[in-house]
Amino acid sequence: MADLLIELFSEEIPARMQAGACDAFKRLMTDGLVEAGLIYAEVQAFATPRRLALAVQGLTEHSPTTREERRGPKVGAPEKAVEGFLRSTGLALEDLEIRDDKKGQVYMAVITREGRPAAQIVAEVLEHVIRHFPWPKSMRWGEGSLRWVRPLHGILCILSTEAGAEVVPLEVDGIVAGDVTRGHLFMAPEPVSVVSFEDYQAKLKRAKVILDPAERAEHIWNEARQMAFAAGLELVEDKGLLAEVAGLVEWPVVLMGRIDEGFLGLPPEVLQTSMKEHQKFFSLRDSKQGQIVGFVTVANRETVDHGATILAGNQKVLTARLLDAKFFWENDLRTVQEGGLEAMGAGLANVTFHNKLGSQADRVERIAALAREIAPLVGADPALAEQAARVVKADLRSEMVGEFPELQGLMGSYYARAAGLPEEVARACVEHYQPLGPSDSVPSAPVSVAVALADKIDTLTGFWAIDEKPTGSKDPYALRRAVLGEARLTVSNDVGLHLERVLETSFRSLFSQWKKKDRLFKFNPLWKKEKGQPQVIRSTDPDTDLEGNNLFLVGENFTKSSDLSDSWMTRLKPPSDFLSDLLTFFHDRLKVHLRDQGIRHDVIDACLAMPGNDDLTLLVKRAEALSAFLKTADGENLLQGFKRANNILTQAEAKDGVEYCFGPDPKLAETPEETALFTALDRAEAAIAPAMKAEDFAQAMAAMAALRAPIDAFFEAVQINAENQIIRRNRLNLLHRIRATCLQVADLTRVEG
Amino acid sequence: MPRTPENRSQKPQCFQDILLRLQDYWGAQGCAVLQPYDMEVGAGTFHPATTLRALGTRPWAAAYVQPSRRPTDGRYGENPNRLQHYYQYQVIIKPSPPDLQELYLGSLRAIGIDDSLHDIRFVEDDWESPTLGAWGLGWEVWCDGMEVSQFTYFQQVGGHDCHPVSGELTYGLERLAMYVLGVSHVMEMPFNAPDARIPLSYGDVFRQTEQEYSRHNFDGADTEKLFEDFRKAEAECARLLAMDPEDAGFGGRRNIMVHPAYDQCIKASHIFNLLDARGVISVTERQAYIGRVRALAKLCADAFVQTEAGGAAA
Repeated sequence: MADLLIELFSEEIPARMQAGACDAFKRLMTDGLVEAGLIYAEVQAFATPRRLALAVQGLTEHSPTTREERRGPKVGAPEKAVEGFLRSTGLALEDLEIRDDKKGQVYMAVITREGRPAAQIVAEVLEHVIRHFPWPKSMRWGEGSLRWVRPLHGILCILSTEAGAEVVPLEVDGIVAGDVTRGHLFMAPEPVSVVSFEDYQAKLKRAKVILDPAERAEHIWNEARQMAFAAGLELVEDKGLLAEVAGLVEWPVVLMGRIDEGFLGLPPEVLQTSMKEHQKFFSLRDSKQGQIVGFVTVANRETVDHGATILAGNQKVLTARLLDAKFFWENDLRTVQEGGLEAMGAGLANVTFHNKLGSQADRVERIAALAREIAPLVGADPALAEQAARVVKADLRSEMVGEFPELQGLMGSYYARAAGLPEEVARACVEHYQPLGPSDSVPSAPVSVAVALADKIDTLTGFWAIDEKPTGSKDPYALRRAVLGEARLTVSNDVGLHLERVLETSFRSLFSQWKKKDRLFKFNPLWKKEKGQPQVIRSTDPDTDLEGNNLFLVGENFTKSSDLSDSWMTRLKPPSDFLSDLLTFFHDRLKVHLRDQGIRHDVIDACLAMPGNDDLTLLVKRAEALSAFLKTADGENLLQGFKRANNILTQAEAKDGVEYCFGPDPKLAETPEETALFTALDRAEAAIAPAMKAEDFAQAMAAMAALRAPIDAFFEAVQINAENQIIRRNRLNLLHRIRATCLQVADLTRVEG
Repeated sequence: MPRTPENRSQKPQCFQDILLRLQDYWGAQGCAVLQPYDMEVGAGTFHPATTLRALGTRPWAAAYVQPSRRPTDGRYGENPNRLQHYYQYQVIIKPSPPDLQELYLGSLRAIGIDDSLHDIRFVEDDWESPTLGAWGLGWEVWCDGMEVSQFTYFQQVGGHDCHPVSGELTYGLERLAMYVLGVSHVMEMPFNAPDARIPLSYGDVFRQTEQEYSRHNFDGADTEKLFEDFRKAEAECARLLAMDPEDAGFGGRRNIMVHPAYDQCIKASHIFNLLDARGVISVTERQAYIGRVRALAKLCADAFVQTEAGGAAA
């Protein structure tokens, strides 16, 4: 057995790429080695800013010799066939054996592949991996043509066995593999030669390099926490920052500083963001007051003055940064105190949201109208919802958000309070963006919910109207996230929202804006023949493309915006495919989401097939209830009872070519079982109707499940296909009643099992 | 080893000390020490010694200071760090030498940054100039958390792959000098030696011009004329390059006017920056203007690689 150690030594690898590079290096190398016939026991990969390292333990020293027999054409087969076989096996005719077969003599190729020493395989695989490494971005340097993330300077590659360590002979674009590495760029730049992984890791540590990123992160975290604790402060956790900082240093030295008193009046999020984004500092919180009062920075070296110069320098940079932030904060406050959030948002008309969808101000206008309409459905005051919608985007024009885009919304809520707006409005500023991702919390304050729904619906309508739909992995406007956010907002707040209606309203408000901008009309003699109410049509003909729009209003006597009265606009319908297409998009995303929640696809399909499926809350409730119900014994009863009745009915309908949908007459019942079924149906229907009205699907389904016993008894006792056609028809109509009753909750024909 | 006069072993005393030491250092490393380009540019990269010379196969090494103009950054001389006119120090070496990082660290030592006391870090920062159709990979260099330089390996310029690759270093001189000298407002920085017969601060030299140009850039510049100038520069650049490469006045030899055409490209770029500062270019138009300047840069690059300096066979 041998141990393999590889190090690829380069100039500084971006921190964000190091973890991915470790994984790729490990995977590509081991895949290559295994494919070439080697076996290994263990593998580990590491990254520092200047190196990628791989340690493989228990590697076989040779690949095994393999022997493969391949049957060829018959002896005497056409020459072409024999030639092809020789080519595919790489052998000459005299190398082939001739064997007896049932049908005569055939050529047989025996291909032997000699085992090869591990060093040879490692060299080949490593060269291939280096030349094809999947860096997110790579470059060339000097006169070479090799690509790496930054200039590659050294390859260390040794195989060690009990007999000792040997360099694997390898050269890639002039870089010759050896057994030498280098330590810390400033503290120990001299070359160091190593004989094994243990030796390598130990010598690196002496040369001021901690190889393992996890160890560096742990060191930073522990040191920082202890320092904070000693100062009576609390370290604010930030795993992403920790990983990044650990990728920026080979020898972490943790230093702590205080924020100048003059900046403590800034919102804590501003302090935190400024320190993190610009300087990669951790924040320290005063646990009593909850304020951010200090920072931790991580240097990459020890100094004779124990970091005093480094800390002073960092402190100075921080002061300059926070001066900027304070300047922004004070200017913004002045703006809103003097003119309110409206003054701050005045410039939104100059900020393009999307060139086909207008400015941010246009968007605010649409969201405000929609929020007002949605408000009553979510229990919000319409006027307050509209007021909130008109200011929630204002902070996009604040100086602070200009500097730190990630503070959008949050700054809005600070400024709304400073402007004396109601707390509901302030909350909506930050909450209307939520939920941002699948794990983000969902707002529940009614005003926030109304604006959040309006915001997402406007986004979806808009991009759908201009045909910017997500394709494959591309979703530049995060429309999938918007759909899921919309669904979570309605479901978790139990809001019954009929999407079709809301989407139509949203579409109309977009069209009204286009109308005002005269962007709807383009004269086309063919269209002029349309009679009656103008219609919106979609045209993909590039000649008809008007400033990028491909939706047009067409109709007789309508050639310019003023031909179109406001009352026409209120009756305007989107093109026929628009709503169904967008609704399908909602449903598709919801399916993915529900499947992740463990709800079977057939159950979802059964619920989607029901009317009112544009109410996502209802849809989800239905799916959850059906899914849970099907897992119970009653669920099985419901399904089997329904299926039995439905199958017979469907067959009869297919055979007779009619639909049996008249009410069955209990007077025609011949047996007690048949009468019992009528009674059971009456009882079930009486229970189902109020349950459905209350959207209590579980209750409704329990009532349906109670039908199984009477149904089974009915089939046991009664011949459906009676001689008497009247009796037969009555029984089929009875089955229809069962079907109609059970289908109220979901399309059970789609449920498998 | 760099040539360092004895007084250079002390810490630098003023702004010009830093500049002179960089000149000395890179001169000693074998760079041709050039002078600033005599046109308004947004950054040292626009100097043809970088943009054009990064193209083609011929080796090149140059260092120079370049006054750079960013009209939108004017703050009437009041902001401690922001200026609409400032200096960049620019080093370009083709092909990038394997010890470029070492050479760079040497330049920091030369201006008095002792790396045994400071924390020098190379933090990912890829460079892209949409107006020049250029990009490269590299870092911003941090000294104790402060960005002191850009370090870039050019991959493409004017839409052409760079072969060989140039290494480019850019130092923002004011910021770097303020850091080394421990000054917190740029206008208070000593320009020449504080014990000179007539000591001058940065403000003595530039405060008034910052005020005047801030007004000019934000309010004064004649936008109609600028739009017109932009169109003229654009047309002139294309016209010069469309002329017959064979020069009758030069005995019929090939003589493509790449540099004069590139001057027009630089001019268009600066006019665009001014129009931007005047706030008369909308967000959508912005992309279109950048694209128009890039088209000129690309034309110049295409032409340059057909000249001798651009590596074409003579």
